[in-house]
Formats: sequence, structure tokens, C-alpha cells
Amino acid sequence: MLELKSLDAGYGTFQALFGINLDVKAGEAVGVIGPNGAGKTTLMRVISGLIRPVRGSITMEGHDVLATPAHRIVDLGIAHVPENRRLFPRLTVDDNLKMGAYMPGARAKYAERLEFVFDLFPRMKERRSQMAGTMSGGEQQMCAIGRALMSDPKLLLLDEPSAGLAPVVVQQVFELVKRIRASGLTVLIVEQNVQQVLKVVDRAYLLEAGSIRASGTSEEMMKTDTIKQAYLGV
Amino acid sequence: MQGFLDIFDIYLLEAVVNGILLGGVLALLALGLNLIFGVIDVTWICYAELVMIGMYGMYYMVQVFGLPYWVAAPIAIMLVAALGALLHYIVIEPLLTAPPINQLLATGGVLFILQSFATVAFGIDFRNLGIRLPVLAIGDMHFSYSRLLAFVAALLGMLAVYFFMTRTYTGTAIRAISQDRQIMSLMGVDTRRIYLITSALGGALAGLAACLLVLQYDVHPFVGLSFGPITFLICVLGGLGNFVGGFLAAFVFAQIISLGGLFSDLEWGYVLAFAFFIVMMFIRPAGLLARRS
Repeated sequence: MLELKSLDAGYGTFQALFGINLDVKAGEAVGVIGPNGAGKTTLMRVISGLIRPVRGSITMEGHDVLATPAHRIVDLGIAHVPENRRLFPRLTVDDNLKMGAYMPGARAKYAERLEFVFDLFPRMKERRSQMAGTMSGGEQQMCAIGRALMSDPKLLLLDEPSAGLAPVVVQQVFELVKRIRASGLTVLIVEQNVQQVLKVVDRAYLLEAGSIRASGTSEEMMKTDTIKQAYLGV
Repeated sequence: MQGFLDIFDIYLLEAVVNGILLGGVLALLALGLNLIFGVIDVTWICYAELVMIGMYGMYYMVQVFGLPYWVAAPIAIMLVAALGALLHYIVIEPLLTAPPINQLLATGGVLFILQSFATVAFGIDFRNLGIRLPVLAIGDMHFSYSRLLAFVAALLGMLAVYFFMTRTYTGTAIRAISQDRQIMSLMGVDTRRIYLITSALGGALAGLAACLLVLQYDVHPFVGLSFGPITFLICVLGGLGNFVGGFLAAFVFAQIISLGGLFSDLEWGYVLAFAFFIVMMFIRPAGLLARRS
């Protein structure tokens, strides 16, 4: 479904990603793990068009993502839940979700999508007229995921969904990821919480200093010595 | 010339009501300016000059070409809306990433261009529509219908903007864009298009104000100076980019001008309003409804 080939990207003169090859097949959940500053967020931003790579190619179901204007990439079926959620704090939950359904194709399915999101997050239905910025971190994460789901995506990009949340809430978020998968969505998730993320994904890539150092199924990754020592603490 | 404020009588209530009526039009102007500032993060120094062009448009359509007022008004609104979009496209868009002072100077330059253009094209004579609306007398108080009409139309205009901003996808995007510019593309929003629509909307509000003000005041190339500065003070007092703050501040200023004019000479109303502004800037530098960040 999504394919990245020999991708170089960065900010100005600083290069953050070196020759990334990565693919996500339809129906899969794939994780990208790695330490702070490894380039995980940059990777997500490149896929959703927030920054443009220096070299390489990205295709989504055969469409050239890099030839698509940034604001049209969501129309290819890619929805990005950015790092730190990035809700519109002084808009209501309803309006935030409405923004997620901004594209004409999504507008037509607005009612149907809203029902889907409220079904997934009943809490959002209770909070629909509340300002998004006044909710708890966990609720904001739900709202951010809900907003991305409003566009009726095929591929959901999740950037550090557990960051800054209490341990109990982290558990809930990963439960949600499982449920989102079960609804048929393809998921690409970036996480520092390696132990948790390997439980919900089929495959994972280890990203260190802008390069992919290892990849494999979750079981394989859990058995890799370097990952065990550096990330799982066993 | 009939000055901006020379209609106040000696009665307090009449002055208060007239202040409210004046506040409506000022609030309309402040909304247009706040919209541009809040969404695009630039200040159109030449905003009142767009109103001036709109007033000339009304004058030519009604007086020279003989169109009825009700036909000319929508055309004038569309004309100034197009002018707003053009201003954004030609002047603002190339300067979007420039330092704010450069943007300010550029729109300041447009102000002089428009004033000089009007002087050359239309001459410095004072013009009016030649339409005299009757005066409403309640007891000893007198209110001109042109002011009542301006107040009601301004409120309707603001109400229309409110519904546009809250009910439509584009309006919601306009409110969202100032809260997080970078991620708008993730929503599928083309920020350039939103900026253009916002500029046209800001222009349309200036056009509506022009249609209303032209019933009360003569047009001349420098008429923008009569309400441009006060509009900026209102926006700053309300908190730049804050729609509700601008709305409230417009009525506060209108009341000060109106009552100040009642107790003394008309010009003293302005003096009081500006003095009040200076004092308020010491008390609440970020505006009446400053957002806690």
C-alpha cells in the first residue's frame, strides 16, 4: 500500500533521514521504533507532506505522493495524527472533527464517519461541544485520532500516541489502536514505548540516527539482542 | 463637510442611542480588520481606503450612472471584495514570510497609492449620493434613518459572518487556521485559498461599510482618515484578532465619542477616545479580552 524508497530528508542543511526503505501492506500494522531524535517524526512528516524529502520516492497505492500537493495527500487515503496531537485548542470537539472531514469526499460521508468515531470514542460524544484544549491528555488523543478518522483514511499515521499520557491512559490508547486495526485500517505507528507497541503491530522497523538498523516481525524484533538491551530493559 | 460626528444633540439619551448606532458600523469595520489580522497575521493599514474606494463606487453608480441604491450596493460590496482579494494576491502573498514591518510598510504604501489615485481620478471635491433619508423623531429626540439603517445592516452583516464562520467548512477552517497554521494541510486545507477567501470577505465587509457610510458622509479622497485610525484603536483595544473584543471595544469607543461630543465640542469626543485608549494601553496592554497564554 505505502512504499518508501531510498528516502533522504531533513531541515535546511540538517539531514534527518538517510536512505529509508520502508513498506506497509494493506491491512498491516507496522511500527517504527527508536530513540528520541532518530528521525521518526520526520519520517511521518515526509509521508504526509508536511516536509518534502531531498531524494527518494513515496508511493501510496501506486500514486506518487511527492507529486501530490501537501493538502491533497489526505485525499490519497493518508491521515496523520501528528506528534503532540495538535488539536485546534479553541475549537470545540465537533469543530475539530469537522476539520478532519474537510475534503469534499469526506464531507459527503460526514454523518456516517461521525457515527463511526463516536462509536469508537463514546467520550467524544459527551464532550462534543467542549473546547478541545480544555480536555485531558487522553481525551485529546482520542479527539486527534477521531479527527484523522473523519477523513475516511485507508492508512493511519500515528506519531507517538502515548507521549505525555499517564500509564493507565497509555494502555487505553494501545487498546484503541487494536480496535482501529480491527476495523480494517492499515496503521503505521511511531513509538518510543517499544514494549507496548510491539504488542499491537505485526512488523516493526528500528530507526536509529536517521537510518533503519533492523526490521522484522514483532516476535523477531522482541528477540533481537540490541532491542532487548536498549529498549526492553531485559 | 458634514463631520463624522456632528449630529449629536444636547440630549443624553439621544447621544447614547446615537453612540450605539455609531458602534454598529465601527464594529463592522473592526470585524473586517480583525478577520484579516487573525487569519493572515497581517494588518491592512489601507483598510479604510478600501472603504473610500467603495464609497466612490457607490457615488458613480448612483449619481453618474443612475442605478438605484439597492442595485448599486451589492455591486459595490463585490467590487471591494475583489479589491481585497487583489490586494492579498498582489501585495500580501509575496510578503507572507517577510518581517511584519515590511508588510506594514507595503500596505501603508497601498494607502497612499489609493488616496493619490482617488485624488487624480475623482478630484478633491466632496461628493454625495444626493439621497436624503428622513429623520425619525421620538419626542424631542431625533435619529436619522441613515444611521438606523447603517446599524441594522451592520448587525445583519456581522450575523451573516458569524453563521458563515460557525456553520460552513470554510468558515471553520478560517477559525482553525490561526490556531495551528502548519497542520492545515493535514486536514486537506489549502491555506492559500483560505487566505484569498478571507481577504475577499474582509473586503466585502469594507464594501458593506462603504454602502452605509456613503449615506451619512460626503466622499473625498481622504475620507478614510475619518474612520481608519479609530478602527485600528478599536481592534487594538479589543485585542488584535479577537472578534468579540473588537465588537465590545467598538461600542465603548462609540459611546465615548458620542458622549464626549455631547458635553463639549465634537472634536473633544475624539480627544477623549484617544486619551482613553492611551490609558487603557497602560492598564491592559494586550487588549480588553486578552487571551491568557
